[in-house]
Amino acid sequence: MSIVDFDMAFDTLDGAVNIHRGQVDATLWRTLCVHVAASGGRLVALWGSDQTQHTGRYAVHAAFATDAEFAVITLPLEGASYPDTSDMFPVAIRMQRALHDLLGLSATGAVDDRKWLRHAAWPADVYPLRKSSMDESTQVSDFKQKNIDDVPALDAYPFIPVAGDGVHEIPVGPVHAGTIEPGHFRFSIVGERVLRLEQRLGYKHKGIEKRFEQMDLMHGAKLAARVSGDSAAAFGWAYAMAVESAAGVTPPPRALWLRALLLERERIANHLGDLGFLGNDAGLAFGLSQFLILKEDVLRLNQALFDHRYLMDVIVPGGVARDFPDDGVTRVRDECSRLEEVVQRLKHIYDEHAGLQDRFVDCGRVTPDLAARLGLIGQAGRASGQAWDVRVTHPCAPYRELDVRMATHQGGDVAARVAVRFAEITESIRLLRLIVDRLPLGEIASPVPTPPEGKLGIGWVEGWRGDVFVALETARDGRIARLHPRDPSWHNWPLLEHAILGNIVPDFPLINKSFNLSYAGQDL
Amino acid sequence: MFQLLRQVVKTGIKTEAYPQPDDALRVTLDRLQAAVLERFHGSLAIRHVDAGSCNGCELEINQLNCPYYNLEGLGIKFVASPRHADMLLVTGPVSRHMEVALKRTYDATPDPKLVVAVGDCGCTGGIFGENYASRGRVSNVIPVDVAVPGCPPTPVALMQGILTAIAVKKT
Repeated sequence: MSIVDFDMAFDTLDGAVNIHRGQVDATLWRTLCVHVAASGGRLVALWGSDQTQHTGRYAVHAAFATDAEFAVITLPLEGASYPDTSDMFPVAIRMQRALHDLLGLSATGAVDDRKWLRHAAWPADVYPLRKSSMDESTQVSDFKQKNIDDVPALDAYPFIPVAGDGVHEIPVGPVHAGTIEPGHFRFSIVGERVLRLEQRLGYKHKGIEKRFEQMDLMHGAKLAARVSGDSAAAFGWAYAMAVESAAGVTPPPRALWLRALLLERERIANHLGDLGFLGNDAGLAFGLSQFLILKEDVLRLNQALFDHRYLMDVIVPGGVARDFPDDGVTRVRDECSRLEEVVQRLKHIYDEHAGLQDRFVDCGRVTPDLAARLGLIGQAGRASGQAWDVRVTHPCAPYRELDVRMATHQGGDVAARVAVRFAEITESIRLLRLIVDRLPLGEIASPVPTPPEGKLGIGWVEGWRGDVFVALETARDGRIARLHPRDPSWHNWPLLEHAILGNIVPDFPLINKSFNLSYAGQDL
Repeated sequence: MFQLLRQVVKTGIKTEAYPQPDDALRVTLDRLQAAVLERFHGSLAIRHVDAGSCNGCELEINQLNCPYYNLEGLGIKFVASPRHADMLLVTGPVSRHMEVALKRTYDATPDPKLVVAVGDCGCTGGIFGENYASRGRVSNVIPVDVAVPGCPPTPVALMQGILTAIAVKKT
């Protein structure tokens, strides 16, 4: 039985990915979750919206994917609570906690109901995403910073303690020792071995979802590209896809092919950087120097071709903002040949380097079984045998024609995540060549008509880290009523707590880097 | 090992020309005496603090490690603790949840110290601005010497900002 066979009214949305949409009541919500979980499907996103001004109700929405289908389900609420889904989809735990912090909707029956995104910036009885709770003027003035010494008491957070002979805690962060984003890690250890890791994130929460609600659809694209700066093309595309599906417009073919070019370039640049830092974290500074040269060359070509090193603001609703210059085809082909040659040579050096392999192999292992149970996705998921790749399983144009070869590995350790990155670079180089060879001629953007109020738009794109999902609800006059951007890091952060178990503390930076998750994307 | 060495030789020296200081980037004039700044020249320790960025600025700060830029060739290095630092390189906007951590990091950095705010968000609050969760620009929270705009600023712009902060102001 598939999701659409379920006893629900489905209508199909316009847009690039094939989406079914339905509305359920609380009982059917649970039944549907059981059904999706049992058929090997996964929860892609869980979010809520305040529709009290129109229907007098709040609503909770979930996006589910099975290997054949993709559905967005809405549950209108009677009050401010909905049935827990985290017993079937552990990934929902943090999403539900965030949903309570921001919108005041609670999951009945959830085991973990601690706060997640809220620290001390706003009081526990204020819910920023409720339309009634804050207007633009109260947002800035209402919650003046308290005395610096009061914050720890205001921000008390119940970490789960580990007790026993010789067990002690190492608190790390939010400010870390390297050039990385802020977050807090609480290690409970015996000797050097990690018994438990508990993450506390939310330090970067800067009200992105609320900010979207002050924007119109065109301006929102700029913010979408900055949800997680390293995934600017992925979020840019997912956002544009959401707007286009709400407005019922399809971008011209050339724009879609250029978007794929941008997405693959972003994948290559990030994987190159990660491979360099992974070498460096294992003590091979040579790797960092070499890979950063390759990455810099890719970034410079991005600048030359698209006027931005990280491809921000190139993808806009309706198409792309800049056309591909005439000499672009040759320059990309030359780049591909050079990259392919050097990456192969460096892969050989990494593979043969005993010291490096000693750190990589069997480090930070997530078995395929655990990955399936807890819902690991993206490149880390593929390195633990989870064969999800939206470009393959739910392809939109032009991926339907590109026939992407998915890279998977059963190892689940740092070595497997390194191997998947190498394989994905090789595949993306192949795709870049195909794209520039077959790039259609014509317009690069279509005009986007203003969608009516209350339309739902969905974007779903396989970024370099994993699938990026954007849900949009339109307001009057081309403005945004609600926008939920979901970074794949939401799914993978909890797995990092498992990957470190039994490893030693000094291996944590290496394991963390092998996942390279976004703090900004999950803190919103 | 042979392959590794061959690759090193084949790569050669990639370092490019360093940028010059630019007084237009200064937020505060002459906060530190020339004698102090001269000591920082050729030996500067930087602690990076991400106070709430989208992580775009971090990509470019990391890219300073690329041999093309060779920041360490100027005696400038990143350190693991504010206790070891002469300069804080702060990306923003400053989220309210990072405000205390940023102030504490500033207090933990020994005097005399410099602060460089990085990126459009660090300079002005950028697209995020000020709201219930964001305090906006870095100078809303700690004193700033030099601000480097850009979304994100390029590695060359970052180097220029850092060099401006330790350059003695021309009179």
